[in-house]
Amino acid sequence: MSFASDAARPVLPPDQDLGDVTDQIARIPLHFPTRSRWLIALCLGFALFTLFLVSATVLFVRGVGVWGLNIPVNWAFAIHNYVWWLGIGHAGTLISALLLLMGRDWRNSLNRFAETMTLFAVVCAGLYPVLHLGRPWFLYWMFPYPSTMGVWPQFRSPLEWDIWAVLTYLTVSVIFWYIGLIPDLGAARDRARKRGWQVFFGVTSLGWRGSAIHWMRWRQCYRLIAALAVPLVVSVHSEVSLLFASSQIPGWHSTIFPPYFVLGAAFSGFAMVAIIAIAIRALFNLQNLVTDDHLDVLGKVLLATGFMTAYGYVFEIFDALYSSNVHDLQTLQDRFSGTYAWSYWGAVFFNFIVLQGLWWRSVRRTPWTFFTIATSVVIGMWLERYMILVTSLYRDFLVSSWGLYTASFWDWATYFGTIGVFLVPFLLIIRVFPVISIFETKEVLHEEHKEGSHAG
Amino acid sequence: MPDNSALYGIIGAFKSPEELVAATRLAKQEGYCHLDAFTPFPVEELNGILELNDNRVFWLGLTGGFFGAGVALAMQVYVNFDYPLNVGGRAQYAWSAFAVVAFELTVLFAALFPALGMLALNGLPKLYHPVFNAPSFGRASSDRFFLCIGAHDPSFDSAKTAEFMRNLKADAVELVPE
Repeated sequence: MSFASDAARPVLPPDQDLGDVTDQIARIPLHFPTRSRWLIALCLGFALFTLFLVSATVLFVRGVGVWGLNIPVNWAFAIHNYVWWLGIGHAGTLISALLLLMGRDWRNSLNRFAETMTLFAVVCAGLYPVLHLGRPWFLYWMFPYPSTMGVWPQFRSPLEWDIWAVLTYLTVSVIFWYIGLIPDLGAARDRARKRGWQVFFGVTSLGWRGSAIHWMRWRQCYRLIAALAVPLVVSVHSEVSLLFASSQIPGWHSTIFPPYFVLGAAFSGFAMVAIIAIAIRALFNLQNLVTDDHLDVLGKVLLATGFMTAYGYVFEIFDALYSSNVHDLQTLQDRFSGTYAWSYWGAVFFNFIVLQGLWWRSVRRTPWTFFTIATSVVIGMWLERYMILVTSLYRDFLVSSWGLYTASFWDWATYFGTIGVFLVPFLLIIRVFPVISIFETKEVLHEEHKEGSHAG
Repeated sequence: MPDNSALYGIIGAFKSPEELVAATRLAKQEGYCHLDAFTPFPVEELNGILELNDNRVFWLGLTGGFFGAGVALAMQVYVNFDYPLNVGGRAQYAWSAFAVVAFELTVLFAALFPALGMLALNGLPKLYHPVFNAPSFGRASSDRFFLCIGAHDPSFDSAKTAEFMRNLKADAVELVPE
């Protein structure tokens, strides 16, 4: 199968007209289908969210000692899950912004919920360093304000860079998401029949009326932010990797880290996009908009980013061997056969062995097989972040400072709780906002109609 | 000249962007200049015909970028000047270490300026606008492409303009009350 034939084949079934698409997507918030399935998911989300609130309360009352972290493993679940969540978020921006700039039309069925996923994944990520502070009420110490103590934050430290990177990323993601949403809120407003929805969409669409000059400025703005978002993703996750790489810990102190982290982030995030795409299309019966072709191309992207991530693994090994540094070699050996070897081989298995199924077209196009592989990747990347943290920290330079780490009950409770922090707002957003970009889908459909009429 | 004071204009709905583009071109040739088009998605050809040319959003983005970089660098230099901290003899003004925050704030303001600027230049949020009075205008966000000829146009005449619009094979022609 060549790429040329891919390009010629329409992404969306062309036998639907523009009005159908508007009605089908705008109907979801206005006449919500599948209420019971959505409610079950929301209840699960709320249960996990409650778990998060309980865990955070326990943490604030009793301190970070309730977690399993210790010296030497003083960065454990908190930073591990921070990196994992942030990485998942990045694919939403990449799929939306990078593919917009490259004119890949298939993105238009996926970008809206991918961006929504980004927002709440970043929120979950951002919570972790705050919880990890131990005294979260002093968070404002991270900001440069004229303090009576006469001190300022240390801008030469990656820990300070972190807060600027994450807050910028969150703000830009919100702007990008909302600017892209405005025209669709207008479409939902015009379809709304009940007073409450009319007011809600009327206000949130800011009075959008689709005037030609508005579209012109809108498009400039949207593409400009997209062009900024791509390097932003790269910078944010590179910065996160510098938290590790700028230290001297063996297994961290390596120049491969920034690209290794960015590609791993894209890999785990594309897997999450696939999971959500498959779930949403089944939940709302959107098979005509998120088609098997979309799954097919997502599968290819996942396979490709998987190999890029695998390159990072290979190069990490090469790096350690080439350096001949005893500590680096020790860490390498600890990863292969140490106490936490299961996390290394688990990451290799879940990330790369299971992934090979995506070579088969039928596997990519069958929702449940693709769903299984994507889930495996999300687990694999979770293990990878664990492996990077724990195998490097538990045995560093001096034998006297070696020690083991086990996650405590509250570690796990907080982690599962953040899944609730992600699910609840995500489910509420897909309840009230158009879950797929209406006008961009119509743009693609119109192009297809035009090409179809020329060909015919 | 008839009394147009109660009218905002006349609006015609077309089935496709191509029909709208053709109609707009003809209206332009007819001498109408108070034209506006309303479409469910951007139609680039209209920009040329309606002579729309506004790059201020782009320039705002560029300004925002420089502003963010300037703020970030000034802030980092100042705090290191005000509270010098010698860490193992490393540079007090470490430009390479300042690069990350400088980059982030460049992006932040380069996104904030055009986003707010786009809304301000478009006059949004604006919850009331006369075109919403046209009964079929709700389809402007769905599957109809609208051309509006403003009542302030010197060539505007409610009867003649409506006739002209109907001759363009508009799907629906409606008067838009002010």
